[in-house]
Order: sequence, then structure tokens, then C-alpha cells
Amino acid sequence: MSGRKARKGIRLGLSYLVLIILSIGAIYPALWVVLGSFRPGKSLYSKTLIPESFTLEHYRELFNSQSYMFGQWYLNTLKIATLSMIIGVFLTLLTSYAVSRFRFRGRKTALSTVLILGMFPGFMSMIAIYLLLKEWHLLDTHLALVIVYAAGAPLGGTFIAKGFLDTIPRTLDEAAKIDGASNWMIFTRIILPLSKPMLTYMALTQFVGPWVDYIFARLVLRTKENWTLAVGLYDMVASNQNTNFTAFSAGAVLIAVPITILFVFLQRLLVDGLTSGASKG
Amino acid sequence: MENYRSKATILSVLSMGLGQIYNRQFMKGIVFLLVEAWSVFYFSGSLGRALWGIVTLGEEPRRLVRGKWVEGDHSIFILVQSLITLLFLVLFIIAYIMNVRDAYKTAQKREQGQQPNNFKQSVRYMLDYKFAQAFLTLPTIGVLFFTIMPILFMIMLAFTNYSAPNHIPPAKLVDWVGFQTFKDLLSLKTWSHTFFGVLTWTIIWAVLSTVTTYLGGLLVALLINQQGIKFKGMWRTILVIPYAIPQLISLLVMRNMFNGQFGPINQYLGYFGLGGLPWLTDPFWAKVTVIVVNMWVGIPVSMILIMGILTTIPKDMYEAAEIDGANGYQKFRIITLPMILFSTAPTLIMQFAGNINNFNAIYLLTNGNPVVGDYQYAGATDLLVTWLYKLTLDQNKYNMASAVGIIIFLIIASFSIYNYRRTKSFKEEDMIQ
Repeated sequence: MSGRKARKGIRLGLSYLVLIILSIGAIYPALWVVLGSFRPGKSLYSKTLIPESFTLEHYRELFNSQSYMFGQWYLNTLKIATLSMIIGVFLTLLTSYAVSRFRFRGRKTALSTVLILGMFPGFMSMIAIYLLLKEWHLLDTHLALVIVYAAGAPLGGTFIAKGFLDTIPRTLDEAAKIDGASNWMIFTRIILPLSKPMLTYMALTQFVGPWVDYIFARLVLRTKENWTLAVGLYDMVASNQNTNFTAFSAGAVLIAVPITILFVFLQRLLVDGLTSGASKG
Repeated sequence: MENYRSKATILSVLSMGLGQIYNRQFMKGIVFLLVEAWSVFYFSGSLGRALWGIVTLGEEPRRLVRGKWVEGDHSIFILVQSLITLLFLVLFIIAYIMNVRDAYKTAQKREQGQQPNNFKQSVRYMLDYKFAQAFLTLPTIGVLFFTIMPILFMIMLAFTNYSAPNHIPPAKLVDWVGFQTFKDLLSLKTWSHTFFGVLTWTIIWAVLSTVTTYLGGLLVALLINQQGIKFKGMWRTILVIPYAIPQLISLLVMRNMFNGQFGPINQYLGYFGLGGLPWLTDPFWAKVTVIVVNMWVGIPVSMILIMGILTTIPKDMYEAAEIDGANGYQKFRIITLPMILFSTAPTLIMQFAGNINNFNAIYLLTNGNPVVGDYQYAGATDLLVTWLYKLTLDQNKYNMASAVGIIIFLIIASFSIYNYRRTKSFKEEDMIQ
């Protein structure tokens, strides 16, 4: 009996050890950047993890220096991401509700089309979108980004949202119909309130996409004051040789921290979103 | 009983809306007539040019006339404009068919003695019985113009010679060349060497990155889920952090950390008296680095997924196994593993397909570098997608890039369609409720 207990103890001890090592591995790079952003000087390297003195200089530099227009980029990104999120969630909701609740001709075709379109490499169509935006004189505008992000949202989100809506019992709709509710009332009074977790998940993912998208934003936005955070940040580390790493870290913290906190905070939803997408396709 | 049907049908074939007006649905008829008028106006100006454009792709490039540049045909703009016009034509034809069918059906009802719906009733009918279609209109238009049209456009480019340096408008014209681009890609020595090299690495990458993150996630999930482990929520929260950080940030940070000269990792190794490794500059080590960094980014996703599934395995299965005298390993092999594999198989295949297209992991971390000497514009860690990106934006080899894109699509589509067809949710989706 005691032998078994000892074995269990060893097993648990080893497990804790592995977990601790993994946890260090998981947070070390993140911690490095956060602490790096408070470290005086320009180098990302230091012998100690915790800096000997703390400074807010790099954050000030981001917002005051002539070469970074960080405040402007922050506002641009916030505007683009919020608008794309609202429109994108709306469009995704329309699509997923229609395919989840109604059986109509061409429904399976529509579903397969969504699936197949999602398999094309995204930037395969970028050049065409670029030319299209040029035709419509939308290049270097934020409106262009909002339109493209929002129009693409149903392709990415429909399946996960549909998986969730499928789990809301259809008997609820039928009962409401018997009571004389119209389709629109069922949608706004029953489906929407019940889909709150899914809506949050969708809003979050569709906010984060534009918030950190580099490729497409880089293509469309030409002038520096129109840039988004992602474009600006990439430019900070990739364009010049003698990079200011600590300022980069400060920028990274400002971009990542709000999103990371949201994600960790909404972990439960994340699990639900991922698994419902997984088991229901 | 009068024969309304044939009259209404013929009238609606003659012009949209006439059949409806004949059926005494005036508002509806006027809406249809307006659509028709606008379409006739639009197509009379553009349809001829669209057909000419799509066949010839322009006839006159920009040229010098008496010392002045005269603008000629810009093949690519012509192609885009023609495509837009043709898409509108398709929409118009669909609307026309709907119009004829509607006139016919309403007339049929009149023959049976029913009053045709007035406008208010029609709207009401739409909302009650055509709700799904009404809901789908807006997203469909968005998808049509910002996804389908661009994809069609890029597919067409693969069959042209649109590439630098000889066929870039407005100075030069672009022509249709049939399958020449594909032939060059697969059989011309310089291109095929790069293509098969990059393809091989893409597949190795996709297999390794999928397997490592999956097994890693499985291991972590099982570790946390063990009986007797305390603070399960805390471990999960800590280990999910890499997933919560936007990839743009984490990958750019890693790119700096692994930098051979001034990156902290090598400086650390130097501090301990060890020589640094050429993490991102040596072809072999660059490949190792992207796989390792991808594990850091990807394991949390698999972990969350598998933890979700672990909670759904019924407890009584384990109890029954215990009564039969199974030990921990046996329980894992007979119950846990098959259940997890069964539920995650579709996701696994999708992750594999996603990794083939994993642009961020490569581009943000290595840019596809280090450069390989005898490759055409590709580096050692370039995937087909990042190569496509370079061919498009850096080299302007649009036709080649499109051909590569089509090949990527064929690879991914075959995996995904196979996967999708065999999932239960597609076959028996109405069984859930």
C-alpha cells in the first residue's frame, strides 16, 4: 500500500516539475518583452531578467517621437477593428442563422461554397482586391480595410457560429411561432439573447484579426499617418538595421496586452468556441 | 377560366416587370422595371467592351506619338472591368429568371381564382417564407465581390503572361497563353527545381508542425488533467498565454530573440561560455527554429481542444474499467486515447491543411530566409504560400504566383473535402436535434 502511495507521490512530483518547466517556457518570452520595455537603453539583451532600473522612457518615446506616430496608429487601428468587428459579426450572424435554422434549396451548395472558398490562400486574391480598390479610388483609406475585413468575416466564422446555433433547440422557435412570433422576432428575442457566448467569441476573434493584420494593411495603406499598429510595428523591427528594441517591446506590449487580457479573461468561451467548431465541423 | 399563365410569362420574358403589372402587382412590377431599365442602360455601355476585353485583353499598349505618351489599353484593368461586368450580367440573368418564374406562378394562382398578393403582402410573404434567402443576400454580395471575383481573377491570371519584366501594363500588353505557365513551372529546370524543393519542405513542415503541436498539447492536457494535480485552472491559464498573445507580436519577438548577433538567446549562450547557434541564418537551424517556435505558439490550441474533449468522456467508463482491474496506462490506451483521436481527427486534418498555408509562422519569423542560391526567389524556409507572396509582391511574377496558388488550393481542397464529407455533421446534421 505504501509503495503505491510513494509511486503516486513520485508521479505527481514529476508532473509538477514538468508543468513548472512548461509554464516558465510559456511565459518567459512574454515576460522578457514586458520587462524589456521598461529597461533603459536600446538593446533587448540583458544579463538579468528583471532590469536594474525601470523607466517609462520608451512609452513616452513612442507617443512623442517624430519617427513613430504611435498614437495616430492606435486610433486608426481601434477605428478599423471596431467597425470591421461590428459589421463582420452582423454579416456572420445573418449567414450562420440562415443556414442553421432554415432548409432551403441551394443550402448545401452554399455551405460547401463557403468551405471551399476558405481554402484558397488569402493573398491569392489580394492583387485582385488591390486593383478593385484602385478602380474605386479606395486605396490608402481605412474604409477599404473595413469593407474587406467585414466582407470576409462570414467565410471564417459561419461554421463555428452555425455549430453553436445548431445546439439551440428548435422547439423554442416552434413554440414561439405557435404564439404568433414572426421570424424576425424569434431572431431578436430568442436566438440573439441565447447566443451571447458565441457572439462574444465572434466579436473577439473578429476584432483581433484587423487589430493585428499585417499583410493586407501593408498593401492598402501607403502613407505613414494612415498606418495601423501592425504595419508600424513591423516597420520598427524589420526595416532598419540598428533597431530600437526596447521601443519595439513597448509597442508590442501596448498592442498585445489588451488582447491578451481579454483572451485570458474569456478563456471559458474560447474553449467552447474551439470545441464546438471541432465536433460539429 | 382565363389563360393568364402564357400571357404573363410572355410579357415578363419581353421585359422584367410587365408580367407583374399584367398580374396587377403594380409596385412589384415597377421595381422590376426599374431594375431592367438600369441594367439596359448599364449593359449597353459596357457589355460589348467587356466581351472584347476578355477575349483580347487590350490591343494598344501605351505608345509614343510625336514625342508624347498616349495612354493605351491597360490589360489588367480591362480584365477586372470585364469580370465585374460579367458578374453583374450573371446577377441580372438570375434576376430575370426569378422575374419570369414569379409572373408565371402568380398567373397560375389567378387562374385558380386567388387574388394576387399586394405589395405589403408580398413583403410579408418574403419575411415569413423566404427569410433565409433575404438574410443571405447581403453577405453573399460581399463574398461575391471580395472573395469570389478576386479568386476568379487570379485563376485567370494563371493563364496569361502577366509578369515582370516583359508583360507589365501600361507599357506592355498581357496575352492569354493557355497552360504555358503551368508547363514552365513543372518542367522548366529553374522553376521546377524551386517548386519541388519548396513543395517538399512545405509538406515536411506541415507534418512536423501538426504532429509536434498535437502531441505536445495532448501531453500537457493529460498532465494537467491527472488525478491529484492541484490548481488545474491556474496551470491552464498560464499555459494558454502563448495562444492569447497575437501571433504578430510573439513571432516578431521570437525573431528578435533568436537573432544570431544581438538576440538575447545567443548572448545568453555566450554568457554561459557556449557558442551561439546560427538560428535563423543556417538553412537547417532555421527550419528547426520555425518548428520549435511553432510549437510554442501552437501547443496551447491543441491543449484547449483536448482538455475540452477530456471533460466529455463519461466517468462511468473509467469506473467500469477500474472494476475490471485496469491500471492507469490501460485506461489511457483503451478509453482516453481512442476517444480523443476519434473526436479530434477532423480538426487534425484541418490543422494539417492550415499549416500548409501557415503564412504568419514563416513570414513573420524568418521571411522565408535564409536565401538558397539556386532557387528562384525562394529561401530555405519558404512555404508555397510565402513563395507565392514573394512572387507577387516582390517579383511581379503574377502568372507564376497564380499557378502556384491554384496548386496550393488543389492540395488543400482535396484534404478538406475528403475530411468534410466523412464528418458526421455533414451527413446527418439534422440528427443532432
